[in-house]
Amino acid sequence: MPAPIVSLEALTSTTTFDQLLATEKSAGCTSPSCGSSEKPDDLDPVVWERIKDHPCFSEEAHHYFARMHVAVAPACNVQCNYCNRKYDCANESRPGVVSEKLTPDQALRKVIAVANEVPQLSVLGIAGPGDACYDWKKTKATFERVAREIPDVKLCISTNGLALPDRVAELADMNVDHVTITINMVDPEVGAKIYPWIFHGHRRYTGIEAARILHERQMLGLEMLSARGILTKINSVVIPAVNDEHLIEVNKWVKERGAFLHNVMPLISDPAHGTHYGLTGQRGPNATELKALQDRLEGGAKLMRHCRQCRADAVGLIGEDDGQEFTLDRIPTEVTYDASKREAYREVVAHERRDHMAARSKAIGMLKAAGSGRSLLVAVATKGGGRVNDHFGHAKEFQIYEASPRGITFVGHRKVEQYCLGGWGEKATLAAIIAALGGIDIVLCAKIGDCPKDQLADAGIRATDAYGHDYIETAVSALYAAELGVQPLAATA
Amino acid sequence: MSFKIIASQCTQCGACEFECPSDAIEFKGESYVIERDKCTECEGAFDTQQCASVCPVPKTCVPA
Repeated sequence: MPAPIVSLEALTSTTTFDQLLATEKSAGCTSPSCGSSEKPDDLDPVVWERIKDHPCFSEEAHHYFARMHVAVAPACNVQCNYCNRKYDCANESRPGVVSEKLTPDQALRKVIAVANEVPQLSVLGIAGPGDACYDWKKTKATFERVAREIPDVKLCISTNGLALPDRVAELADMNVDHVTITINMVDPEVGAKIYPWIFHGHRRYTGIEAARILHERQMLGLEMLSARGILTKINSVVIPAVNDEHLIEVNKWVKERGAFLHNVMPLISDPAHGTHYGLTGQRGPNATELKALQDRLEGGAKLMRHCRQCRADAVGLIGEDDGQEFTLDRIPTEVTYDASKREAYREVVAHERRDHMAARSKAIGMLKAAGSGRSLLVAVATKGGGRVNDHFGHAKEFQIYEASPRGITFVGHRKVEQYCLGGWGEKATLAAIIAALGGIDIVLCAKIGDCPKDQLADAGIRATDAYGHDYIETAVSALYAAELGVQPLAATA
Repeated sequence: MSFKIIASQCTQCGACEFECPSDAIEFKGESYVIERDKCTECEGAFDTQQCASVCPVPKTCVPA
């Protein structure tokens, strides 16, 4: 057997895989939370069962489970102003970007190789470049092959929606239970500013006519998916002064038509990407504008806030990408699926999650009981597993939590450059990290040196490693209690 | 009469291949190539050339 391409230690959440498994085996029913549910309180049990392993559909699942995307369907029937089809760069992380396009057979090989090495793998998605419903033969061939070899991997697609109504019946037949539609407008006048053309019914349409057809097909596709009970996530790209205000209307329309989740994500725009928006100076929203819009959308279709706008060939936990470890030249030509690691991991996670849920309910209960009007914005360095378990200097992103009398909610993430590379902290990098953490009250991490800690303090941001390896919610509630001067919870492991 | 694909600009998305009503487009080496003998410029099948209408890169699928 070849050596693992990615070490399990690097991938599992808090400790090594074997240790986790040993804990699981020995813990038995001694856990105080045994028997409690791993399900968040506010969710229908049937829906929970369907999303609990899907990192993109459940914020809770994204701490434990990994997705992989395969770029098998490169042909597209819509041109978007934020997309440049020529682009391909291994260092770029954003939707539609990919380094190698795969045939369905190559994709199967890659999925098996990843499933053998990444026990967290639960979802296979086809998410560009191109459109999975338009380039349908390749999408279908890939799903059929993978479903035969690894029947329990969840299959999902992302689509612009134009060809979706033609594929809904087949998607349902193949047990595709999760679909994402990118919907940026419900008004063709707005759409005409986003889509220069579409290709539909053997001809190219432009302007308002193109946007109107796309809009009608998107709504029809969404309604058809909802009628079949397929869970649908709506992605909307926030384009300031083009559709930012309009997305409130979009949210209403998609909620009425049964969308499960709405993900508003910032336009990524840079002249170097060669997109129309990049070249014409259309800017994306900043973190504050994005959060303000997300807050205005609360109460409508449920919002997704943990999206990292990953690459079309991403592999791993959301927020991480090990895709470069699994390029075709690194995968053996013959691979056989071995279910053992994924099965063992699921056992560990089931236990760990029950424990986490219990700790979380307790923490949130404490906040609600505290009855203060204050809120606290906390940035957490985490490697997964829902714990404060990454070093400040190693973090490539911080997960942002808001603690208030309403509870503890995940509100987003801030990407940063790693401060500590090869044992040395970079001054310039630290300045950029401090800027990225603007508005944050407290930083939680597993370890932080005095120098960055002092500099953060000078910028008005406190940082502490006192809650290292605690569950995030437990740590946040303890902090909140300390701020208010009430009795904190004992930190549970 | 035929269309051609400018290889250096082709993104290799393959949309032209499956839109072609004459089965005239094939992936060869680094790019999609239109076979002159098979290409009808979609005459009798569609009002516009399918390959050129769906191609995402301007001036890449053009009259030969």
